[in-house]
Amino acid sequence: MTEPLLHIERLSKSFGALKATDDVSLTLKPGEIHALIGPNGAGKSTLIKQIAGGLAPDAGRIHFAGQDITTLPTPARARAGLGRTFQISSLAMDYTVLQNAVLGAVGQRGTVWRFFKPVMGDAELRATAMAALERVGLADHATTRTAELSHGQRRLLEVAVALTLQPRAFLMDEPMAGLGASGSKRLTGFLDGLRSEAPILLVEHDMDAVFALADRISVLVYGKVIATGTAEEIRANPEVREAYLGEEDAA
Amino acid sequence: MSTLLLIEQILNGLQFGVMLFLMAAGLTLIFGVMGLINLAHGSLYMVGAFAAAAVAGATGSFLLALIASLIAAAAAGAIIELAVIRRLYDRDHLDQVLATFALILIFSEGTRWLFGSFPLYLDIPSALAGPVTLPGGIQYPAYRLLIIVIGGVIALGLFQLIARTRIGIQIRAGESDREMIAALGVDISRLYTIVFALGAALAGLAGALVGALQSVQVGMGEPVLILAFVVIVIGGIGSIKGAFVGALLVGLTDTLGKVLLPGLFGAFMEPAAATAVGSSLASMAIYILMAAVLLFRPTGLYGSA
Amino acid sequence: MTRSALINLVLFAMLPVTALIALALDEPFIITLATKAAILALAGVGLNIALGLGGLVSLGHAAFFGLGGYAMGILAHHAQTFTPLMEAPFLIEGTKSMPVIWLTAVIAGALAALLIGALSLRTSGVYFIMITLAFGQMLYYFAISWPAYGGEDGLSIYVRNGFPGLNTLDPIQFFAIAFVILAAVLFIAGRLASSPFGLALAAARQNPERVETVGLSPYRLRLLAFVISGAITALAGALFADLNRFVSPTMLSWHMSGEIMIFVILGGVGRLYGPVAGAALFILLEHILGGLSDFWHVYLGLLLLLVVLFARGGMIGALAGREVAHD
Repeated sequence: MTEPLLHIERLSKSFGALKATDDVSLTLKPGEIHALIGPNGAGKSTLIKQIAGGLAPDAGRIHFAGQDITTLPTPARARAGLGRTFQISSLAMDYTVLQNAVLGAVGQRGTVWRFFKPVMGDAELRATAMAALERVGLADHATTRTAELSHGQRRLLEVAVALTLQPRAFLMDEPMAGLGASGSKRLTGFLDGLRSEAPILLVEHDMDAVFALADRISVLVYGKVIATGTAEEIRANPEVREAYLGEEDAA
Repeated sequence: MSTLLLIEQILNGLQFGVMLFLMAAGLTLIFGVMGLINLAHGSLYMVGAFAAAAVAGATGSFLLALIASLIAAAAAGAIIELAVIRRLYDRDHLDQVLATFALILIFSEGTRWLFGSFPLYLDIPSALAGPVTLPGGIQYPAYRLLIIVIGGVIALGLFQLIARTRIGIQIRAGESDREMIAALGVDISRLYTIVFALGAALAGLAGALVGALQSVQVGMGEPVLILAFVVIVIGGIGSIKGAFVGALLVGLTDTLGKVLLPGLFGAFMEPAAATAVGSSLASMAIYILMAAVLLFRPTGLYGSA
Repeated sequence: MTRSALINLVLFAMLPVTALIALALDEPFIITLATKAAILALAGVGLNIALGLGGLVSLGHAAFFGLGGYAMGILAHHAQTFTPLMEAPFLIEGTKSMPVIWLTAVIAGALAALLIGALSLRTSGVYFIMITLAFGQMLYYFAISWPAYGGEDGLSIYVRNGFPGLNTLDPIQFFAIAFVILAAVLFIAGRLASSPFGLALAAARQNPERVETVGLSPYRLRLLAFVISGAITALAGALFADLNRFVSPTMLSWHMSGEIMIFVILGGVGRLYGPVAGAALFILLEHILGGLSDFWHVYLGLLLLLVVLFARGGMIGALAGREVAHD
């Protein structure tokens, strides 16, 4: 069972002279949380975009569940089982919370080409959507318009929509941002249990959460992975200390 | 077809192209700087033509007529920018389309009300009415040649304006980052009015110049507007260079298509059918060109993604 | 019943009530006006699927409207001149039968929308507006320069086409045909908006990235919406040409695209019954203002400007207050 589900091989992406992703290789194995950390501007979001789709790498391959997905468009990657949440919430803002979750359930079912059955009256879709909202604690807000949610609640809704997709792996870009201490703690507990359903590639700034959750941590600096290892190994790694402490010195 | 005739048609295509450039340059600048799609740009073309015809009728001076077209169109542009357009910068494209479509209705009917439904005529000055002989013995109307020269000079002037001058720097800054130029202390609303009036003046001048070749009438700006859109789609939104290349491509394709295609089909069809098929195809040639550009470069030849 | 449901009901009943009163008062011209409003509303309902639901600002819907008109004109022209449409490779005859004409119009509109949409939807925003406008204009110039079907002068039909069991020359019976079609299409459009497809399409309008992330392709959703929209607008075009017994390139001109858009906006964009309100208001204005001044388009322009700048929900929006559309 140690065969990786997601395998990123020597990925590179430059914007002009800037190497945003520099020969990055990573794996995500079943059952694990693999955290991706690094200072601001290290290229974490650029990397996530290349994995989820929407940004084509200059070189390198991405394998997911035994399939080369490097050239697949975003929707095909989602259908292959990549469940993504965004750093900046990306939701249908005019919809209610429930409608956003039902949209996920429609995507999971894969048959959007139904034209006459009212979607919000579909018991199965509603059940899938409500179950996901309950898991993240948003069930009480089902009828709230998404634009009226707080930033933290929007992050939770992103997670809930990803859950409705029943993905084979999660890509989460800073799900804790804006949650506050108790919210973060709650989500940390939730993600802890989620890894047994599907592994999580987690980009996160909240170091408490990262060190509490991650089975493995990769440190990205200037587009390069400078270290990968367990929490202890990363804490003890001199290069990582320098990258972080150096940043603090400069600040 | 003789070489002489072909060269004459190429010159006609260039003349048409530089006129389209005057229209497209304003549109693309306004879109690039303010993010606004302005359907009423054709109305400014019409305003320029009517102002020129009115002044030429009153004074008999073609030069004064051209100056009047510039002033009238710039003034009309500044007025609608201040009264309507500036409320639209933050709106979505749908609102911009509708509001500027409403302006067309107002301008067209207002002009009809002022000048009546009959076309006006603007005479080519007598000094330019005859042909000139070009190297190689080609006879070509002096006035049309002048239009090509004026268009070329304005294109060069615009490139210089954008590349060298203070206002050009502000325009380029405005295209890339609106907050940035505000932070630099540029008066944005004044800049927007100036850019809009400049685009309007170019459209008005084009209207006056073409008005002397055709007739001056209500609705004359709309076919040109739509061609200018085709030019921008081909060239890429916001790019003056794209507008120039696109305008020449469209001008040449349209003119040469109309001349060459019926003859081309005549080679293997009976004459009546060849004329029908050829002229119908020629009327679609520029749109087919646009579709082809879109297939390979969805953001136009010089557009950024 | 919510306030907007009540307004919708009133709007829906308004046209047949007007037509019946006009019948009682023996005012056939008013019945014809109501018919015209129903047909233009139908075109607006078609556009609204792309515009309101899908957020696709198409300024080229006259292409579909005009194609529908020409489907009627060409079929009826061949029927009335007793000439076949084509003989090889197989024989196609003209027809005076409305159902056949409608089907032809719907198919022609759908195919044209598929071609135009497939190209235009590769772009977005202002490019999309300009490209749909340009393709519409392409058909307009083609119709002008193609001499076989009247070119610039258009085609006239001597007698209105027939519908089995009805006398289509009787204004109220033709109104009934137009209104039943409008009602059916409103029903379909309403179901479409609340279907899974409608949910995904409207989500793609709000946030295409979100739709991609759940595994759906915004391009395909939009293309299908554009095709359905074009087909409905073409059906309206066939009826409109039948109403006038005349089709000309004017139906393809971009002013027509603008007018169809005005019906949608005056009523309230994204509202199912918006085009019905908008088209009725447009016809009303045309006859009230048109009677007062030859230059009534100035007033129409001013009104449109005011609605866009200050009353963004359109007429229904102003009546219904702030409510979320599409409920």
